[in-house]
Amino acid sequence: MSAPQDFDLEAKSALKRFGTHTAVDSLSFGVKRGSFFSILGPSGCGKTTLLRMIAGFIEPDGGDIEIGGRSQRGVAPNRRSVNMVFQQLALFPMMSVGENVAYGLARRGVGRAERDSKVRAMLERVGLPGAESKRTDELSGGQRQRVAIARSLVLEPTLLLLDEPLGALDLKLRERMKIELKQLQAAFGTTFVYITHDQSEALVLSDQVAVMNAGRFEQVGSPQELYYSPATPFVAGFVGANNRIEGRVSAVHGALVDVATPEGWVVRAQTQTGPDGRKPGVGDAASAFVRPEVAVLGRSAAELDLPPAAAPAPVHEGVVESLLFDGANSAVLLRETKTRAEFRVALPQTGRYADLKVDERVVFSFAPERAVCFATGGHG
Amino acid sequence: MVEASGTLTRRLLLWLLLAPALVWLLGLILLPHLDLALLSFRERTGPGEYAYSLAQYRTFFAEPLYWDVFVRTAVISLIATAITLLIAFPIAWTIAKLTQGRVSALLFAVCLIPFWVSETVRTLGWMILLRETGVLPGVLVSLGVTDAPVEMLYRDATILVGLVYTSLLFMVVPLYSSLESLDDSLIEAAYDLGGNGWTVLRTIVIPHAAPGITAGCIVVFMLTLGNYLTASLLGGKNSLWFTEQIYTQFITRFNWEQGAAFGFLLLLLSSLMVWIGLRLSGQKFADVMSRS
Repeated sequence: MSAPQDFDLEAKSALKRFGTHTAVDSLSFGVKRGSFFSILGPSGCGKTTLLRMIAGFIEPDGGDIEIGGRSQRGVAPNRRSVNMVFQQLALFPMMSVGENVAYGLARRGVGRAERDSKVRAMLERVGLPGAESKRTDELSGGQRQRVAIARSLVLEPTLLLLDEPLGALDLKLRERMKIELKQLQAAFGTTFVYITHDQSEALVLSDQVAVMNAGRFEQVGSPQELYYSPATPFVAGFVGANNRIEGRVSAVHGALVDVATPEGWVVRAQTQTGPDGRKPGVGDAASAFVRPEVAVLGRSAAELDLPPAAAPAPVHEGVVESLLFDGANSAVLLRETKTRAEFRVALPQTGRYADLKVDERVVFSFAPERAVCFATGGHG
Repeated sequence: MVEASGTLTRRLLLWLLLAPALVWLLGLILLPHLDLALLSFRERTGPGEYAYSLAQYRTFFAEPLYWDVFVRTAVISLIATAITLLIAFPIAWTIAKLTQGRVSALLFAVCLIPFWVSETVRTLGWMILLRETGVLPGVLVSLGVTDAPVEMLYRDATILVGLVYTSLLFMVVPLYSSLESLDDSLIEAAYDLGGNGWTVLRTIVIPHAAPGITAGCIVVFMLTLGNYLTASLLGGKNSLWFTEQIYTQFITRFNWEQGAAFGFLLLLLSSLMVWIGLRLSGQKFADVMSRS
């Protein structure tokens, strides 16, 4: 349990409604000092509203937001020790790089000499030494992002908010900027609150990730927790690729259950307590989630290379529907032979099954302990 | 061969398309001005006898009335431009930033509707409102503000009101287009970094809108400087407006040489003002003109 003073940001039942739509639904959470905290969710989940509420552009309808232990009720954005990196970065095009970085200092009335030396030091720290006199449109996308971050961090804010700053970049640059962002955060030690709809950004960058849906946090945890033990069906479906198998529970074996689809395919998975505190029992509607990389593939049952487990894993038969080659992320899309249910299996990186053909018959299996199952609806 | 004739056709087409503009430019602007220039450097020495001289320009500087009217016209035009800018800026800001879709289109229409009525009729409307027996003096009496109706016409302030009213749209349009293109996140970023309303206006909004502001000011200044109708109707015959002096020289005195010289001086003045305006705001002429 952390003491409250360890939190740089604390939301206490923060609430925001737009008309009848509740954008942020009584959220309470804390962000630890010096951590990289991401809010991950699909568009329209309320994450932008939450971020703008922290920045002060939107006043909450209820609850409170505390920054550095102080309530921010009625505190205007220009008086909060929070700075924001905007989605399109919002560098001032009418100013040079140096003037951009000096903008906040000038507003605070810092003298010219001190301003210049702080700007110089900051640009050096972000790897742009001597860029003061450059125009912002002379910079590359990555350099522009560094200027946007430098412009905020030079003010030494308690909290830096980042509103999907990588969204506008192309894939190659995005991958590089992810690493750069993480290094910058580690170097400065400032608390970062990052919002994104890209789960890979959230997983790579963060110490803690909150998965947001419909104005609420579905789960807050480390990237590993979200990935390996999702707390809700939404998290299981949203974070990482997952096969979702829906049906009813046909049998319970201790912590494992069998889920039977309406077509009659039965898979075995570990039960998980859902958001309503229920574990699926016999007859309950349930969803099982199996990650493609948890499943293994073989041309015959003897070939299946499963990790040692307490109980033998059921073996399923399928037909190759299509091959999804994507380098290290290659997968194969199967259809279960009897029920034609779709199932995705990651291909081993050894290239062992690189010669698979469409319509080829294969077997596949997965350890039930590594698949999760939630109760999804009423008892039937 | 085919290619060569194709280029020729394209060239011919270009010239044909340019022809109306060229005819207008050459025939209606350049030639009359050349003729005016020649006229202005001429002096009547006897019946039907003319000689080249600077007499017309000398008269302008020698006669204090002309010089005073010239300066007065320039100063009132500058004041009118400044007032128009101050009034148009919040209007343009409202249309560009605070409203969207139908509301902003409606506000634009409201600015435009007065232009459906002829300028003469609009100016006469002001006269109906402001003359001694008019609407506004009557209202002031019935409210007890003044004991007797006040003549509101034929004052400098009245001329200013009329000039600002006529020019407003020409300021709103370039301001609107330059404010519209200002990304809202820049304003938010400036607030986020500690700016307040005034510093954001000074450091972000005005620098961004500078081409639009300059364009609007140039257009409005030229319109007011060359305005004849508003000044003579609302200011009366003694409004001492420079275009009136030109009119008098050409039509009443039939002294075309003097009138031509005045016309050239006015052209010189407006060119000078545009140049100063561009220098002060640090804008480029082509950039500003593309905004107006």
